[in-house]
Amino acid sequence: MDCHLDIFFLEAVLNGVLLAGLLALLALGLNLVFGVIDVVWISYAELVMVGMYGIYYAHKGGAPFLVAAVLGIVLVAVAGALMHYLVIRPVLDQPPINQLLVTGGVLFFLQAAATMAFGVEFRSIGIRLGSVNAFDMSFAWARIITFGVAIGGILALWLFLTRTYMGTAIRAISQDRQIMPLMGVDARRVYLVTSAIGGGLAGLAAALMVLQYDIYPQIGLQFGPLVFMICVLGGLGNMIGGFVAAFIISQFIAVGGSCMATEWGYAIAFLFFMVAVFIRPQGLFAAKS
Amino acid sequence: MLSLTNVDAAYGSFQALFGVSMRVEAGEAVAVIGANGAGKTTLLRVISGLLPASGGDMTMDGVSLRTIAPHRIVATGIAHVPESRRLFPQLSVEANLKMGAYMPAARARYAERLDYVYGLFPRLKERRGQLAGTMSGGEQQMCAIGRALMSGPKLVLLDEPSMGLAPVVVAQVFELVRRIRAEGYTVLIVEQNVQQVLKVADRAYLLEVGRIKTAGTSAELLASDDVRRAYMGL
Repeated sequence: MDCHLDIFFLEAVLNGVLLAGLLALLALGLNLVFGVIDVVWISYAELVMVGMYGIYYAHKGGAPFLVAAVLGIVLVAVAGALMHYLVIRPVLDQPPINQLLVTGGVLFFLQAAATMAFGVEFRSIGIRLGSVNAFDMSFAWARIITFGVAIGGILALWLFLTRTYMGTAIRAISQDRQIMPLMGVDARRVYLVTSAIGGGLAGLAAALMVLQYDIYPQIGLQFGPLVFMICVLGGLGNMIGGFVAAFIISQFIAVGGSCMATEWGYAIAFLFFMVAVFIRPQGLFAAKS
Repeated sequence: MLSLTNVDAAYGSFQALFGVSMRVEAGEAVAVIGANGAGKTTLLRVISGLLPASGGDMTMDGVSLRTIAPHRIVATGIAHVPESRRLFPQLSVEANLKMGAYMPAARARYAERLDYVYGLFPRLKERRGQLAGTMSGGEQQMCAIGRALMSGPKLVLLDEPSMGLAPVVVAQVFELVRRIRAEGYTVLIVEQNVQQVLKVADRAYLLEVGRIKTAGTSAELLASDDVRRAYMGL
């Protein structure tokens, strides 16, 4: 172990903050869907994987990156809506274990389909953005942009949820499902819109991740458990809790990884998670009942 | 305005309403009284579409309520203030009112109706940013009624507005009911507080185990033996 309060420690902390933006964005989509529909999309990270491939092929096919990114967001938003329409809606009144199993089935289906369609190779979109250097510290532009856009996306969602009728209905429906018809709200429509937004957030995350990570069919396994852990830590369905938890967990990963080996960072993060869940099973930030 | 003919309703295999027929005319305040479990709340839930009727006809200004989706019933001019208020506790007072104006026709007049509701209930304006769940029972009832008025209804269904409130507050709630009547709304109110509600209503129906037992003007029901024996302990 080699840890001092020096410039490299600060670099690790700042890199942790940058990572937190992406993780917070991923957690937000999962929390939004769970908070509204009460179903956990175990396959959430696989939707991100689909988006990454979509953006990769759109870009390889000649679309400028920004166009490819927008196409990717739309693609995953549609995938999210389809996920709800085809998979979730039929099991909406079933026990949670069945809902978990069907979304788990989607996880394996998407992984297998991606392996067959795209092969197992690691693919890179091939955009190099370089890095900024300051006081002996180095930060990849891809990470800085990711952080900025992720926070921007989170703010945009917050504005949507607080300023629009549909957004207000999305916040309201998780508090009292049964009386929504009295407000003139068609709950099925709210669910579908929420699923599309959840997908869109996964698509935005995909657009940011292709700048930093190679694309392969199992990339969901690298992020899925992490995102799920953040959501549980923050209180499943609690969007603000998930945001804060993302910053806590990413510090464990970044600082732990810097002081020891990268793998240790993840190990410590999960250890912290297990201890935290023993102490507060409802999450660090009590979810609304 | 509202007309029910031989309406049946059931929760699964348990039938809760048997051939209920009733009318509410524009400008009236009509009360439905009866014991716990008589089907009063069920009746309002059937009218507003929360529970589908299993038989009979229901129309609002000539529009059949049985053939339209539950979330479209509010557009016919019916606003339902449900039992125990059912505000969105984690939303602000103003966001609750906004939910009342969700349907497209109401959105266009949101600002105007918000002013109107705040004018009617200045207390809500003072508390516009407060989470609805943190207000007192009386204020919550005010907010629930305000939310219903945001849709611009013709007929307001009130389900036990006095339930769970302290006696002083109950008097205030009946004052609220008088005020929305004075504003020109037609009111259909369900209450266990028979003496109070018959002072507010023009007419009343007495419901017993899912059937209408007696109907008449409030004065007639106040004088009837059925009502005096069963609900006033006289």
